Amino acid sequence: MSRRNALPGFNLSLGYTLTWLSLIVLIPLSAVFIKSAELTLEQFWQVVTTPRVVASYKLTFGAALAAASINAVFGLLLAWSLVRYNFPGKKIVDSLVDLPFALPTAVAGIALTALWAGNGWVGRIVESFGIKVAFTPLGVLLALVFIGLPFIVRTVQPVLEDLETEIEEAATSLGASRWQTISKVIFPTLYPALLTGFALAFARAVGEYGSVIFIAGNMPMVSEITPLMIITKLEQYDYRGATAIAATMLVVSFVLLIAINSLQSWTAKRTGRSK
Amino acid sequence: MAATISLHLGPAHADRYENNPATRETPWVKWTVIGISLAFFALFLLLPLVVVFYEALRKGWDAYLAALVDPDALSSVRLTLLAAAISVPLNLVFGVAAAWAIAKFDFPGKSFLITLIDLPFSVSPVVAGLIFVLVFGRTGWLGPWFIENDMKVVFAVPGIVLATIFVTFPFVARELIPLMEAQGRDEEEASTVLGASGWQTFWHVTLPNIKWGLIYGVILCNARAMGEFGAVSVVSGHIRGETNTMPLHVEIIYSEYKFAAAFAVASLLAILALLTLLVKTWIEWRAARARDEEAAEGS
Repeated sequence: MSRRNALPGFNLSLGYTLTWLSLIVLIPLSAVFIKSAELTLEQFWQVVTTPRVVASYKLTFGAALAAASINAVFGLLLAWSLVRYNFPGKKIVDSLVDLPFALPTAVAGIALTALWAGNGWVGRIVESFGIKVAFTPLGVLLALVFIGLPFIVRTVQPVLEDLETEIEEAATSLGASRWQTISKVIFPTLYPALLTGFALAFARAVGEYGSVIFIAGNMPMVSEITPLMIITKLEQYDYRGATAIAATMLVVSFVLLIAINSLQSWTAKRTGRSK
Repeated sequence: MAATISLHLGPAHADRYENNPATRETPWVKWTVIGISLAFFALFLLLPLVVVFYEALRKGWDAYLAALVDPDALSSVRLTLLAAAISVPLNLVFGVAAAWAIAKFDFPGKSFLITLIDLPFSVSPVVAGLIFVLVFGRTGWLGPWFIENDMKVVFAVPGIVLATIFVTFPFVARELIPLMEAQGRDEEEASTVLGASGWQTFWHVTLPNIKWGLIYGVILCNARAMGEFGAVSVVSGHIRGETNTMPLHVEIIYSEYKFAAAFAVASLLAILALLTLLVKTWIEWRAARARDEEAAEGS
């Protein structure tokens, strides 16, 4: 580590990095906490625990958790198919998995709404079974599934690709059935990556706004997400209220970020991948 | 969060699994898994993409083109291009500087610094917009000073640019750090010892090694910059023809029930997303080919 480094530019590049980071990210973010401090603890608590806001937490975290779980199952299957099987159109499917990263959230929002509304291609079918998706909490769930899918696929896929086939050969030659090999040998290796992908999808879903608001219907107490509560407060010029909710969300984001970073280093250790 | 945006080499042929009795499933299991995966893929990824173009062209080409040449639409396109043209180069310079410091040097607190760079990824876009309202708004820290000097930041173009820089902040840095760490610093050190200046070393040694990752980081950064909705929505003030970016324009005409027009503008953004994925696929294809050539030379 302490080998003398002959390369130039350390002070310049680190100095620039820290200055830019402070100006764009750290100082503006600190405004949330400093502004929140204008409220007494009691006022703060009152703002962040009003029934309408609490209902939004339940929806946001509940739907984010459910969406990440759904993606964990189907994303794993998709990653497995992409790595283990040949099928027609595989390259196109692989490229399009990243669509939710590249497609603007507002576009995703109106597209999902058009698809799942009562007169949409899919909405028409599910509504004939008496299930309403658009403009209900189910719509929120759907949008969060859309934006979360690539997180699971893209964290599981590389680990699956790196898996040595020798382990499976050994398990098979020792008499394990295919299902035993998958559940007892492969799955434990994938588990940390799957959990990381789950956490990434969950963290993204908690803060998501654009793709959700079009399909959610945004009914108070029923289908309002927490980021929308911030917007609502801002539109009423209630800057303190908006800031208090934002501070709560930021704390959750920090905790998730730390959890994700520890998960990633755990995954790296378990699988021997550096990144 | 790097794992999700970094390049990977794309799906290789699965022959080595399918032809190995120890790593294959029965055809029945295989096609069931593929069937479920593809059904999920089609329902959640493919159909939303197709529906954008279907809805956009529903009223015919004339209506489609009319929606795109509408003055408000054109001004939203201009603002989106402007915001991206400012924020992407700034984050490119930052990304290269941060990656140089982090990947080529050892210093205490490095992993903490990476976590801080990641912060904008985990902050809700709405909160990202709010922070600039808090700093530059009428009652904010710097707001009164800007108002006295007759400059508008929030509910004006500078606020939109700032929010865009914030949400796209980590893209280039996060793409380059693992890449430059993997390259090590031997080549750069050799170049320096041979008498090259720092800039010469960077241009002739480092840059050729990282160019594909750099291009990918830039196009991802650009896609997000042009498509950002939540953060920009908070700071924009939605002034027609002045502070509406393309995603905001889509929202406004959608809420006026002009669905075909909204999807027409949305289709431009969808094409941008598809182009982004196309460039990504192309870069991955090149990287995979380079890897195979290297392997062939090595054997």
